[in-house]
Amino acid sequence: MKKLLSIKYVVVSILILLGIWQLAFTVSDYSSALFPSPLMAIQALGEMIADGTLIASIAASMYRFVIGYGLSVLIAVFLGLILGSLPKVFNYVNPSLQLLRPISPTAWMPFVVLLFGIGDLPAIVIIFIAAFFPVLLSTVSAVSKIDDMYFRVADNFGIRQPQLMWKVILPAAFPQIANAVHLALGSAWIFLVAGEMVGAQSGLGFQIIDARNNIRADILLATIFVIGLIGLLLDFLIGLLEKRILKAWGGEQ
Amino acid sequence: MSYIHIENAGKTFIQNGAEFTALSDVNLDIEKGEFICLLGPSGCGKSTLLNAIAGFDPVNHGSVKIDGNEVTAPSTKNVTIFQNYGLLPWRTVIKNVELGLESKGIDKKRRKEIAKEYLKLVKLENFANSFPRQLSGGMKQRVAIARALAVEPDIIFMDEPFGALDAITRMKLQDDILDICKNEKKTIIFVTHDIEEAVYLADRIVVMTPNPGKVRGVITVPIHHFRDRTSGDFLLIRDKIFDLLQMKVEEDIEYTI
Repeated sequence: MKKLLSIKYVVVSILILLGIWQLAFTVSDYSSALFPSPLMAIQALGEMIADGTLIASIAASMYRFVIGYGLSVLIAVFLGLILGSLPKVFNYVNPSLQLLRPISPTAWMPFVVLLFGIGDLPAIVIIFIAAFFPVLLSTVSAVSKIDDMYFRVADNFGIRQPQLMWKVILPAAFPQIANAVHLALGSAWIFLVAGEMVGAQSGLGFQIIDARNNIRADILLATIFVIGLIGLLLDFLIGLLEKRILKAWGGEQ
Repeated sequence: MSYIHIENAGKTFIQNGAEFTALSDVNLDIEKGEFICLLGPSGCGKSTLLNAIAGFDPVNHGSVKIDGNEVTAPSTKNVTIFQNYGLLPWRTVIKNVELGLESKGIDKKRRKEIAKEYLKLVKLENFANSFPRQLSGGMKQRVAIARALAVEPDIIFMDEPFGALDAITRMKLQDDILDICKNEKKTIIFVTHDIEEAVYLADRIVVMTPNPGKVRGVITVPIHHFRDRTSGDFLLIRDKIFDLLQMKVEEDIEYTI
């Protein structure tokens, strides 16, 4: 019943959004080539599905996303667990992190393109940077906030590194890490599109640039819609995964 | 020499640049199988002394020896039970009890058997697959007791283990702990600020006073378990402790009519 109800909300919400779009299309005097109606965008979507460009773009984007985001999360959590356990070392690392953190990932874009050329790598690097700092810093903070009692218990029962890491530190810090990993997914997806608009010849971001060059606003808007839809889906999936792990580790459900 | 031998033990901290004495000049001998209560108001150094004997925070003056060896770090042979239970919330009850067995190289199947056996002892065998958050405070503490007993320790340290429980659950657990520990013949060092709890449980009570934390006196409780909380002997010992803590109201000798 609850699920049914939430589907109702989703449908109504999207219908309202489409309605506003249709209304804007009806009242504006822009040429329909520049500002298409929802129906035209849906037709363009069908066209993209039919000729296979959409699937190819999604595949290219997802490939970069999975590698960039996956590597970023793995390395950031791993480093974060270590740095969090070594607060004295972290004191030396932290100032540099704080310097690098506020730099927008897109600022690195020209540099990355100069270094690696156009292709998969620039987008992967941008996604990596976008997810890396928030996950790393949250992991360090999560580890440093672990209740001292857990360490005493572990110490008392003779649990030492490396077991201490996955028996105590990781599960104790997990809720906060999972939260950061979840949030980072959103920003990584956002920066994927930015990365592909500048540094790639394929993928959803490139497709937007390509549509603009061909003055195909309908394809452009349809692509934007797909980007939103995939972002939503990814967010939903990682939320599901997060919940499942939390539940297996005795979290409140 | 006795089993646990504490000689001129003291603990000082540097706090805001000044030296602070948490514990001073403690001399105490504890025999194997004794139930000792460290009793006193907050700040009397009872937890400091416990942590020093348990090895979490060794003394920096004098010496604390168990079985002739100076205590410098926690040992897997002695287990501490904390007021906040110290259960790992991401593990089920049975997995918590298995925790101490894992580093001992006992295989998985045997671990489970041992854990089940001790869960039965604390009457929680039906909650083996629950998570700690699904249990009440008293049940959680019983899991912690099962976990401690599972590694067959020589000494069990308890740091105000029933402090977070309501009075009725507390009394029940006091009986449980006596029951279990008399059968298992463990040496127990139990920190509490509850005078009645100390008199009810201990073979000997170490009464401590603050500023600086030191031992005021040691009282032997010559009553058999299980004790009647309202008996004359019980009240007599309680009285003695009040005396040591200087909490008795001085009687006015002069009367005016």
